Amino acid sequence: MSVSTTAATAGVVSGVRRRRMVRSAWLVASVLLLVVVVVASLTIGARPLSFDEVLGALFAPRHGDVDQVVVRELRVPRTVIGLMAGAALALVGAILQGVTRNPIADPGLLGINAGASFAVVLAISVFGIVSPSGFVWFAFAGAALAAVIVFVVGSRGRDGSTPVKLALTGAAVTAAFTPLITIVLLSSLDTLNQFRFWSVGALVGRPLDTAGAVWPFLVVGILLAAILARRLNLLALGDDVARGLGDRPAVTHALAAVAVVVLAGTATALAGPIALIGLVVPHVARRITGPDYRWVLAFCLTLGPVLLLSADVIGRVVVAPAELEAGIVSAFIGAPLLIAIIRRAKLAGV
Amino acid sequence: MTTPVIGDGPGTTDAASIVAEGRHRRRRRAVTVTAVLAALIVVAVVVSLSLGATGLGLGDALAALVGRGDRLSDFVVFRLRLPRATTAVLAGAAFGLAGSLFQSTLRNPLASPDILGVTAGASFAAVFATLILRVDGPGIAVAAFAGALIVAALMWALAWRGGLVGYRFVLIGVALAALVQAALGYLITRADVRDASRALVWTVGGIGDTSWPAIGVVGVAILGLLIVVAGVSRRMPVLQLDDDSARSLGVDAGRARAGVIVLGVALVAAGTALAGPVAFVALVSAPIARSLVRGGASALAASALVGSLVVLVADLVGQYALPGGISVPVGIVTGLIGAPYLLWLIATGNRKGSDG
Repeated sequence: MSVSTTAATAGVVSGVRRRRMVRSAWLVASVLLLVVVVVASLTIGARPLSFDEVLGALFAPRHGDVDQVVVRELRVPRTVIGLMAGAALALVGAILQGVTRNPIADPGLLGINAGASFAVVLAISVFGIVSPSGFVWFAFAGAALAAVIVFVVGSRGRDGSTPVKLALTGAAVTAAFTPLITIVLLSSLDTLNQFRFWSVGALVGRPLDTAGAVWPFLVVGILLAAILARRLNLLALGDDVARGLGDRPAVTHALAAVAVVVLAGTATALAGPIALIGLVVPHVARRITGPDYRWVLAFCLTLGPVLLLSADVIGRVVVAPAELEAGIVSAFIGAPLLIAIIRRAKLAGV
Repeated sequence: MTTPVIGDGPGTTDAASIVAEGRHRRRRRAVTVTAVLAALIVVAVVVSLSLGATGLGLGDALAALVGRGDRLSDFVVFRLRLPRATTAVLAGAAFGLAGSLFQSTLRNPLASPDILGVTAGASFAAVFATLILRVDGPGIAVAAFAGALIVAALMWALAWRGGLVGYRFVLIGVALAALVQAALGYLITRADVRDASRALVWTVGGIGDTSWPAIGVVGVAILGLLIVVAGVSRRMPVLQLDDDSARSLGVDAGRARAGVIVLGVALVAAGTALAGPVAFVALVSAPIARSLVRGGASALAASALVGSLVVLVADLVGQYALPGGISVPVGIVTGLIGAPYLLWLIATGNRKGSDG
């Protein structure tokens, strides 16, 4: 009797261990993929460079070498911004999906991008700010404002925040900001001209000091995500079960709200509103690793940047010598991916 | 039946006659509401004809309408203001009716035209036609109509897998909307900034520069759809039931529902082709109409009229009633009013926030 129980336990333990090994192997693979994409992002472009040249530009600077200037002034900033924004977007998507238990949660759908956009429009038109690094704090404030509205309005009422209600609130918040944005844009061609390039979402033309300004927020966001992982797992069982297991859902909600504001603000400040990465990456991660948020969030950290940087690199190649913005390409990669996921998934579970 | 008698009839305790009485009363109310709404629309149209930069009195406007105006008032009324008012009435009716059709068949607040992919498709096609093909007037309307139907059909095809499930439909809509938004962003960033500004007006719904040819093309489509909807409206109440109950009444609910949605999509496409995606008209008209008619399940006619009235009034507000004398496209007015209204509905809302 006791022997067989031990054997069964051992079997379970070894099964768990095997699962963990498989997941770890996938995680390592995704890190390697990220390295490959980063190298591609540094070398591919209108001026193709070898890896040696890139290394030279980074570690053995020569004065007046145009190739090196390209690496340092263009390639490195957009790669760094892609890494940061991609990670932030994917994490914010996963956290939103977890806390709202809604498979289609995403900063764009929940109105957060609209809030950030509105703030940036104000920055351009009212405060006369013209550089993307000046947009940062406005993007943050707008994202936070929208997130607060969505969470407060969406969690009122007897049932609290149901998925449908949150999605509807997000749509309403977007709809509330859109006419305000449009009024400003229609009254000033200059503002429209600035805003349209910001609003497609891109990694290019964003100076590195933006990254320098917001990295502490990204760090805070990642730490919060790490804290949230276990809580999101509990929340997935439903508020009542989570409460029964000794968790306080209200605390999870509050932490998640802070994480969402911080991460969405970071991503939007860095790259502008970028659609679908936050929506798609967590779904891809879940397909690889299952529903455990500790792993989903880890994969978001690698796959988010992989997707965003790939989009950026592809955008440099497909219409060369011109470029497509990363926001446009990522929508064109993300949408078919999302459709494929939706079509394959069993609907109850999506 | 122990239902208390609500009526002034002399003690009609007979259940059948109570039901008949109630039905009769509802019908009377519906007729009254419809008549009042129609009268209000006429008033709003006449007011819109008399307002504007060229000061025509109400008398001048009316005189022009009945063919007794001078050349100036004829020009202003028939070339500038009547097309605009006609556009508002037609597009508003299309949106209002479509909203009513969607809400009563899908019973899903997310099934607004935006989510159904119609708006995105129409916007992209119209902007493409403006910026790349460089057509105007009827050309834009036709392009928008085609774009709306193509994207809606694509959505349908992608979401269909042995049936149509709400969530899959919504998700596919989200994916396609993001795709179209990206393509739109591409067009807008590559265009001359002045053209981009014009295209932007279209994407928020502006009825300022419509012309008779465009109205003719789309108006015929809308009127045709109105007639078809009137034809099928008798069978609409069955679709409020769940599929099994409907089947027991001999209606294949799935197919009937799909048919109604096709009609709704076509209506939204036509309205959007004419006026651009005017926000929230489809969403708010049906609830307003239902509360006016009270109890009438779908209140189709009233929804269409409420839609017309909303667009007319919103356009008047956008043109003349804003502080500082600025004038904005009608879609901005409806958005500014509709979005907070929707938020309020959600915040104060019913159990699941699902009947908004």
